Amino acid sequence: MRCQICKDKEATIHLTEITDGVRAEMHICEHCATEQGLAVKSHIPLNELLGGLLASAPESEDFFGLSDKETSCEYCGFTLEQFRKEAVLGCPHDYEVFEKSLLPLIAKAHDGRTTHCGKVPSRAPKDAKRQAELLNLRQQLDAAVKAEDYESAAKLRDRINKLE
Amino acid sequence: MKLTEISSDVSEWFDGSGPLADIVISSRIRLARNLAGYKFLSRCSVAEKAEILEKLKDVLMSLELGDKVSYISVDKARTLDRHFLVERHLISHHHAFGKGPRGVVIAQREFFTAMINEEDHLRLQVLKGGLQLSQCAANINKIDDMIEQKLEYAFSPRFGYLTACPTNLGTGIRVSVMLHLPALKMTGQIEKFFNAARAMNLAVRGLFGEGTEATGDFYQLSNQTALGVSEPEVVSRFEGAVIPEIVEYEKAARDQLLSKEADVLDDKISRAMALLKNAHLISSQEALLLLSHLRLGVNMREHMGASTPAIEGLQALGEAGGSRRLSIATINRLFMLTLPAHLQLNYGKALDPTHRDALRAQIIRSALNQGS
Repeated sequence: MRCQICKDKEATIHLTEITDGVRAEMHICEHCATEQGLAVKSHIPLNELLGGLLASAPESEDFFGLSDKETSCEYCGFTLEQFRKEAVLGCPHDYEVFEKSLLPLIAKAHDGRTTHCGKVPSRAPKDAKRQAELLNLRQQLDAAVKAEDYESAAKLRDRINKLE
Repeated sequence: MKLTEISSDVSEWFDGSGPLADIVISSRIRLARNLAGYKFLSRCSVAEKAEILEKLKDVLMSLELGDKVSYISVDKARTLDRHFLVERHLISHHHAFGKGPRGVVIAQREFFTAMINEEDHLRLQVLKGGLQLSQCAANINKIDDMIEQKLEYAFSPRFGYLTACPTNLGTGIRVSVMLHLPALKMTGQIEKFFNAARAMNLAVRGLFGEGTEATGDFYQLSNQTALGVSEPEVVSRFEGAVIPEIVEYEKAARDQLLSKEADVLDDKISRAMALLKNAHLISSQEALLLLSHLRLGVNMREHMGASTPAIEGLQALGEAGGSRRLSIATINRLFMLTLPAHLQLNYGKALDPTHRDALRAQIIRSALNQGS
């Protein structure tokens, strides 16, 4: 693509300007950008941008939908407040529990896409219910071990082994 | 595996072979995976982490990879060894200095590693020299299939492979290519690369991945999205469009240096050589930068037939003590073996920064100086 100003050099700077809801795109070369007084940052820490996205998005109103604000995952006890701090989820089930709140963030992180396309485990994934059941049992096992209730722990361990 | 078995030589992916190796240092693909029925690591107790670790370690150690496979317990490893593993690109910084039971499975030839209990339960990585993404993809896919025969991954038909951080969701793939772009930098055109990366929504990092600035004109380019795009699509976009475009930019910049700015080029190369041949203290950063200029000179001689006075003057001490043309192999060795943890591991003990700088300078001088 040629620079829109000099119509000679390759356009390497792509600007999108939104004025009163009207979107305008501009494609110009470095030389003309400098002429126009547009500062070009020498190093673009995109990973930082991404990190910023994670840190800022949860604070927005639409992310913190009221319905999910009080919710915690029944298996891992995770809340969205914790996600805002840590930027990682608590268990695979959280994607189901907080789906509504997570979707805008997922879309932002993945170029607007929210549905998987690509490899699927060749061993057909067992039903989600059983995966959730395992999470549940492990959560109980963890609690039993902490409470030094070894009898319950042994029973739970047997049930986990049977399910796996 | 003892780390000293590999520390005195460069990694296979850095031996200077492979397609487009004068510009593309290495190709890497990693997959993020988690076990079904377990919480993600941030919510796991130490006991649960240990259980996940044992489970994955058993499966990974039993894989038929056609190479000797070793396991290193990262949480029990010495600090120096952890730094070494990071320098070697075998584990991430996050993994080296994380918390709790964790480890890494490494193929002897270093083309494959599996980090257990990094941010996800499992992070598989395949690494090759030059532009070899398709080969990496085929390789890692096969390894992933083998693991899947024995374990069940957390997966949802809607979101794909479920990962601790939603940014890795979907295929869990990250394709990274390490590039050496000294001519773009020298000709003041490195912005072209940054802009191209930004336009294509790709992440740029330095030599050692996340959070590090580019040093020695090495830049790592990675995809940022993993959901809604299949693995072959990501790989072919990189291999067929993104990387060739950037390689062309760098080649054009090298041509420009040769045809219009030969004095600039020769000045950089000659100054780098003079410093490297004479310095008695040299930091890792400085060494990377200066070696980068030598690497450019040698590659221009070998790939473009360039013959300027400075390029012709690039000599190194030969095996028999006599002088011979400086080779990429020698430069790559100097790049890797003078990194701080490499230096110390090969020296046999920890050294303070000044002693490291002295040792680094000495190693470089003795490789480059004739007969001294």
